[in-house]
Amino acid sequence: MSLKKKALTKSIGVFHLSTGSCNNCDIEILDCLTPRHDVERFGITLVGSIKHADALLITGIVNKQCRPILKKLYDQMPKPGFVIAVGTCSAGRGIFRNTYIVDEDEPLDKVVPVDVYIPGCPPKPEAIIDGIVKLIDKFNTGKGEKK
Amino acid sequence: MKTLIPILQFLIFPGFVFTAAAGLMASWIDRKLTARIQYRIGPPWYQPFADFVKLLGKETIIPAGGFRVLFLIAPLIGMAGVTLVSTLLWISILKASSGFAGDIIVAFYLLTLPALSLILAGFASANPLASVGASREMKMSLAYELPFILAIAVPVIKTGGALTIGGILKYQASCGAIAGSVSGAVALAVAVLCMQAKLGLVPFDISEAETELSGGPIIDYSGSPLAVFKLTKAMLLFTLPVFLVILFMGGIGLRGLPLLSGVLKYAALLVVIVLIKNTNPRLRIDQALRFFWGPVSAAAFLAVILALFGF
Repeated sequence: MSLKKKALTKSIGVFHLSTGSCNNCDIEILDCLTPRHDVERFGITLVGSIKHADALLITGIVNKQCRPILKKLYDQMPKPGFVIAVGTCSAGRGIFRNTYIVDEDEPLDKVVPVDVYIPGCPPKPEAIIDGIVKLIDKFNTGKGEKK
Repeated sequence: MKTLIPILQFLIFPGFVFTAAAGLMASWIDRKLTARIQYRIGPPWYQPFADFVKLLGKETIIPAGGFRVLFLIAPLIGMAGVTLVSTLLWISILKASSGFAGDIIVAFYLLTLPALSLILAGFASANPLASVGASREMKMSLAYELPFILAIAVPVIKTGGALTIGGILKYQASCGAIAGSVSGAVALAVAVLCMQAKLGLVPFDISEAETELSGGPIIDYSGSPLAVFKLTKAMLLFTLPVFLVILFMGGIGLRGLPLLSGVLKYAALLVVIVLIKNTNPRLRIDQALRFFWGPVSAAAFLAVILALFGF
């Protein structure tokens, strides 16, 4: 594995984007930063600007108004970068399926290429950390999770 | 060969490579200590190095409408300034007579280059948040430069007008550290506050303001230029405390006990920086201006007057 790849997996700056979430997943993401879980141990930090980010973390249903913004932000992220979708809403719209606020023909993975889905309503902080570990494994091996 | 030695000094030891490595380790100590204060575990020791290598491997995006040349050159200006200051300081530590007359003034001027590079970067990126950050950085440098230069004047007065770093070191070797006198102690306290502002750390991180300006002047930076900015900041975290150790606390020895005490003096200043950073909320720009032009400048003037009367 090259040094560049190794450094990227050891230092992930996460940009947190809510695309119409109910704030529940967002609170669980902040839980990951608290003393109990402390993801800075693994070099994961939240960053304020998408230009500083290595991962775009999406929560929420990707409603009609957020979709163009999401696309724009993904284009602004310096590559190589990951896309992480947290919560049932971003995976399958949850209870907001077939409502007027979402466009059924344009789910999240048709807007941006998603690397990992972390389901749950909301997912526990442990589940989010597990998702990141699987993402790093996938990136390192170039395919699925290591058996 | 004679012309090659200064270049090697600038690039490797005690210049760029040495300062960068020491600065990245210092920034790790900062992060680890912050984490321990907040009851977290904190990142491993190689974290700042990993961050730096990662940023070197990322794409560099130049904003549309930005001034391309200045956008790319701005980070290098600040880094060159810090590297030069560090080289100046360390060649005087290694051999007290190797400085030149007025090198303390040169060091003071070069220390304003990182702030200048942030201002240029903010205006070159054509981003409203970056412009706000750059204008705040400008106001901050107006605020802290006056007390900082007054604080630096105290050791110069105490030594009877020695304008070389080596002269101040020699004086302290024979007459004891300048911080031991009343005026020296006041000037050191003022200089520590100015150092906090120069490093752009809480409570004076007004220009970067992660939560309102999300990075301020460096908001549009990515990839290698951002890595250079982060490195400059880490190098400042090493160079500025060393500068204060030289001016006020008797410098750093080269072997044995003086070396150990020198490292401890540096560590003490670093711990003070981290503690101030972790126990204060961010000030508004007008509060910071009032703070530096009011009580801090007054204390610095007092220190200068005390020094003139020999206290």
